[in-house]
Amino acid sequence: MNRLDQYIPIVGQDVIDQLKQLASYLKGIKVVHVNSTREGGGVAEILSWLIPLKQELGIDASWEVITGTPQFYQCTKYMHNALQGQQFEIRESLLKEYERINAINAETLRSKLEEADLVHIHDPQPAAMIQSCPNRRGKWIWRCHIDVSRPYRPVWKYLRERVQLYDASIWSLSEFAQPLPHPLYLIAPSIDPLSPKNIDLDDDELNRTYGKFGLDPRRPIITQVSRFDRFKDPQGVIRAYRFVKAFLPIQLVLAGGGASDDPEGEEVLAQVRAIAGDDQDIHIIVLPADAHREINALQRISDIVIQKSTREGFGLTVTEAMWKGKPVIGGDTGGIRLQVVNHHTGFLVNSPEGAALRIRYLLKHRDRLEEIGAKARQFVLENFLITRHLREYLTLMLAVLSGNQDRIEEPRIA
Amino acid sequence: MSEAFEVKDCALIAISTGEYAQTLREMRDKVQSAPSSAIYYHFWGGLLRPTFDDPEFQNDFAIWASHSLHDKTLAERLALIDPSDFVDLEDLRREVVETIEIRLDESERLSLITADHRFYFVRSQIIVIDTQRTVKTPKELARIVPGLSAGSIFYHYIDARRRPPYNKDDFSTWISSFGPDFQELVEHISEVDPYFTNLVELREELTGVFAKFFRPKRGKL
Repeated sequence: MNRLDQYIPIVGQDVIDQLKQLASYLKGIKVVHVNSTREGGGVAEILSWLIPLKQELGIDASWEVITGTPQFYQCTKYMHNALQGQQFEIRESLLKEYERINAINAETLRSKLEEADLVHIHDPQPAAMIQSCPNRRGKWIWRCHIDVSRPYRPVWKYLRERVQLYDASIWSLSEFAQPLPHPLYLIAPSIDPLSPKNIDLDDDELNRTYGKFGLDPRRPIITQVSRFDRFKDPQGVIRAYRFVKAFLPIQLVLAGGGASDDPEGEEVLAQVRAIAGDDQDIHIIVLPADAHREINALQRISDIVIQKSTREGFGLTVTEAMWKGKPVIGGDTGGIRLQVVNHHTGFLVNSPEGAALRIRYLLKHRDRLEEIGAKARQFVLENFLITRHLREYLTLMLAVLSGNQDRIEEPRIA
Repeated sequence: MSEAFEVKDCALIAISTGEYAQTLREMRDKVQSAPSSAIYYHFWGGLLRPTFDDPEFQNDFAIWASHSLHDKTLAERLALIDPSDFVDLEDLRREVVETIEIRLDESERLSLITADHRFYFVRSQIIVIDTQRTVKTPKELARIVPGLSAGSIFYHYIDARRRPPYNKDDFSTWISSFGPDFQELVEHISEVDPYFTNLVELREELTGVFAKFFRPKRGKL
């Protein structure tokens, strides 16, 4: 059975038929996606399923990863933080390095980029490559996965000069979209229910997970899965845990790995370890980027999942937890707001105190915990699986290649 | 003989207009100047994008009035606007603007309030595709309705109202051409309310209407 048909038992035959029909207009189209890491982080995960599915649908899709220097990644990390609102001036020398690395990568990829019908550039890291490709013949689309709702303006202004050259851009939420002289498409991310991170696991594997990470199956487990990043607020999670610990014998899991394009991870991890001290019930679990089944198991053995981010692009870990029927206590920010519907699929909180209150409430009212978890799974099934995401990508490709009218009947690709 | 029914499908993609409103006056002004596809999206787009069932309010303007502006009166009035009553989106736009203006006249306080969250205007682009499937009789149509995609249901049952013959869905328009034997089916299809539901439920409801009509009739005892 081909991969797409494996989703039929989950989403239904009609959904898969529609994808095939939309793709039938795009057969043979050359599409190149470019980002800055093959592993780690939500973008790489999305591309790892999106590319094979596009290929299966007859689209000539490929995925290229740029390479850079430590200074380049330092610059793009500062850029990322500034776009999420941190007031930080980036040194001119780092910006020059950013431009230099983009130019080098554009040179390496030139023939692929210039031949493509559609080029998708993901996030700021490779965004400046467009300046080095004046002979591009296809449409270029910038895909922004970051919460840019309140950027630090000087850094956004610098990046805007580059991204305004694109034919269109894609944003996860309307709140994030910044005015640009081209169509601003809105596509929420998604998860793959058949990937190792989300596929059903048997009880044996789950039982082994307790022992593997030193967790007590008899006591409640609260988990946050994310990179060690200040905006994910791991310190706030520990504070929330300590508020609850005074009343209930809970265990806290902070599980995550680093992304190869994130130089700050080690520093944040060291701080988190220092704050956790010698508390035996705080389990800081650092996992390699490919530890998908372990993450899956940890989410499944948890009673509640937290994502207490203060800024969040979308928060795929929230979607993953909801798919596993877990109520999520999430920071009231970005894409978490789109997924965590207060009192229905979880709770939105603004402080460690708020998170603590909701943890205690859910552990006290187990029936509500189960009910919210079931609603959360259904919500993901209807809205945040890759089949919806793929449909929107195909629709966007047809729209961009057919013209910019409100209504396109029987798309004709030029 | 009636022509075959061509099954179409559609997919909607959302596009930010870059405009937002945070007060009711801004909302009125922005509704007046928004592209008509944004009015369409904020009334009908909820059916084709991630939303969580809100039992009270079916359009984005009413949800914002309730959850961000905290004016239940305005939310209830906006929620009562049924877009299927308006063939022309400009009439629908005028109705929204008038409803807001009446509320602004009633409450001076409202013109001073800043909403908790901004309302972001979104427009939509719709792609219509031919599925290459056709059916020749109402009974054949009844057989395929349960397996139609949400996009097909949207196109034939909701979007159809904006195409001639206006304010009618494609299913009942086509079945009408089969004469008086199918009049009852046409009426029951037309009676399904497309607004307070989602597309999967709408498909189930239509499936039920077809199934009931074609169920073998029992003879009298």
